[in-house]
Amino acid sequence: MSAFVEALGDGAVVAKRNLIKIKRVPDLIVFSTLSPIMFVLLFAYVFGGSIAIPGMDYREFLMAGIFAQTVVFGSTITGAGLAEDIQKGVIDRFRSLPMARSAVLIGRTTSDLANNVIVIVVMSVTGLIVGWRIHSSPLEALAGFALLLLFAYAVSWGMAIVGLMVRSPEVFNNASFIAIFPLTFIANTFVQESTLPGPLKTFAEWNPVSAVTAAARDLFGNTNPLAPPADVWPLQHPVLMTLIWVVVFLLVFVPLAIRQYRKAVAR
Amino acid sequence: MARMADAIVAEGLVKRYGSVVALDGLDLVVPEGTVMGLLGPNGAGKTTTVRVLTTLLEHDEGKATVTGLDVVADAKQLRRRIGLSGQYAAVDENLTGFENLDMVGRLYHLGKKNSRERARELLERFDLVEAADRPVKGYSGGMRRRLDLAGALVAKPAVLFLDEPTTGLDPRSRLGMWDVISELVAGGTTLLLTTQYLEEADRLADKIAVIDHGKVIALGTANELKDQVGGERLELTVGSAQDAASAKAVLTPLAIGDITLDERSHRLTVPVTGGADVLVDGIRRLDAESIKVLDIGLRRPTLDDVFLTLTGHAAGGNGAEEKQGEQEA
Ligand SMILES: Nc1ncnc2c1ncn2[C@@H]1O[C@H](COP(=O)(O)OP(=O)(O)O)[C@@H](O)[C@H]1O
Ligand SMILES: [Mg+2]
Repeated sequence: MSAFVEALGDGAVVAKRNLIKIKRVPDLIVFSTLSPIMFVLLFAYVFGGSIAIPGMDYREFLMAGIFAQTVVFGSTITGAGLAEDIQKGVIDRFRSLPMARSAVLIGRTTSDLANNVIVIVVMSVTGLIVGWRIHSSPLEALAGFALLLLFAYAVSWGMAIVGLMVRSPEVFNNASFIAIFPLTFIANTFVQESTLPGPLKTFAEWNPVSAVTAAARDLFGNTNPLAPPADVWPLQHPVLMTLIWVVVFLLVFVPLAIRQYRKAVAR
Repeated sequence: MARMADAIVAEGLVKRYGSVVALDGLDLVVPEGTVMGLLGPNGAGKTTTVRVLTTLLEHDEGKATVTGLDVVADAKQLRRRIGLSGQYAAVDENLTGFENLDMVGRLYHLGKKNSRERARELLERFDLVEAADRPVKGYSGGMRRRLDLAGALVAKPAVLFLDEPTTGLDPRSRLGMWDVISELVAGGTTLLLTTQYLEEADRLADKIAVIDHGKVIALGTANELKDQVGGERLELTVGSAQDAASAKAVLTPLAIGDITLDERSHRLTVPVTGGADVLVDGIRRLDAESIKVLDIGLRRPTLDDVFLTLTGHAAGGNGAEEKQGEQEA
């Protein structure tokens, strides 16, 4: 058996274990879908009235941003799950088995991807109910969802590194929230980046979350005909830029995460 | 008798965590088919030793082989031959007992059919058949421990490592666990067992390595260790702190080592030599000072005494104290 096939096989066993948890502890999926639903409703009805986007309905603009934010939050489950497994000694057990070094991470990121798929479906339905519409072809729309999920998958490898470094899921959650709030808010997710003041605008323009949000907007046909053209290359070519981010993240995060896994020890 | 091969050989293991020296030149040899008890207080380096030997942790200096395989260079191959049950039961709460064992079998690459059969077999052996298809969440501490031990046995390992297998268990579960382990080693498995309980080492291990501050400070069978300390112990309980202090003074001439006094129970332990005569002598001296003795007797040294003599501090404590210490560690 080649090492790669073995890693995938072991990864599938680990993914199955994580998915059983989703089934046995349904609260997890309930809460990870309730909060995006709440976000959709909050922004659509509370902020929707005060944030005006000339040229288009705010709800149409909003959905891609909420999708991006939600899948990035979804990717944090990877880190929290690994931190919990370390704390409970499950990682020690895995590491004492003759399994592939990458398998636990492959399994973890894969089951978290599955979790994100469920969340995206629920959110899409909510969006459609509050008036969001896709104006592109089904194929483009699918590409939009695929890109969001791929992006989140790559991010979850980064979350894995942090999750394997900290001592508990609580510490991980606090740490990841500090990073994720600015990343998902200083972006084009909820407002047009052109309206942000100087340095924040630059940050938003180069923020990977902006790229994936803009890409999803393009692919869902939720673009604003009156919006000024983007100033920077990443937002002029958001789909390509998102793919570049995905490749860069995977190239950097995967080896680092595997290295961290090899060292990770329960205390 | 032909000399059996050594299953575990560790030479001069050193492991540092920053400025903390967890292992300080630890040497250990465990012949095949025997049970070695690694006995030491909290923080002695037991878990670190187990982690190094089970490839979870790389040591800084020294060399270790298990079944002839180097723990660093041949780590992956070695993992096929060992079973580990860590200090805390590493079972997945959300999976059932069966699913836990089946998963471990799959990760040992036993194949689907063999993994299932092995899981059922082990559940039966560890008296978990009834609970097999319930999530582990509802299991008692003893059941979790048994399941964790079963997980370590899935691939029929040549060498088994158990890190404090009964810490945190109630006395009844502890007895049950002892039975399970005794049965296991009767089958000829090589076992390295760590414990803070002298009684446990005494009962389960062929040989005991006493470890403190990352080093083996004594090695032998329980009897050999007791002989090392020598003499007997005159043990008595008095009614008050005041009596305890005067008793200590009165008995000092008889002592061949330090007298220990448990303040709470007013219990004195006096290392003596000379058998029954000393006992009689002791009682006379106490009587002469009219110290009221509640209970007095002469006994052979226990492993507790061994420990105290070797390290200058007592091993273990009561369960609650240990639990706390572990969380700090
Ligand atoms: N990951 C770690 N980081 C820093 N110090 C550690 C770590 N693990 C163990 N130690 C320290 O190493 C020493 C030995 O610990 P350990 O092997 O767990 O002892 P035992 O299992 O005998 O209680 C202790 O002083 C402990 O605090
Ligand atoms: Mg320990």
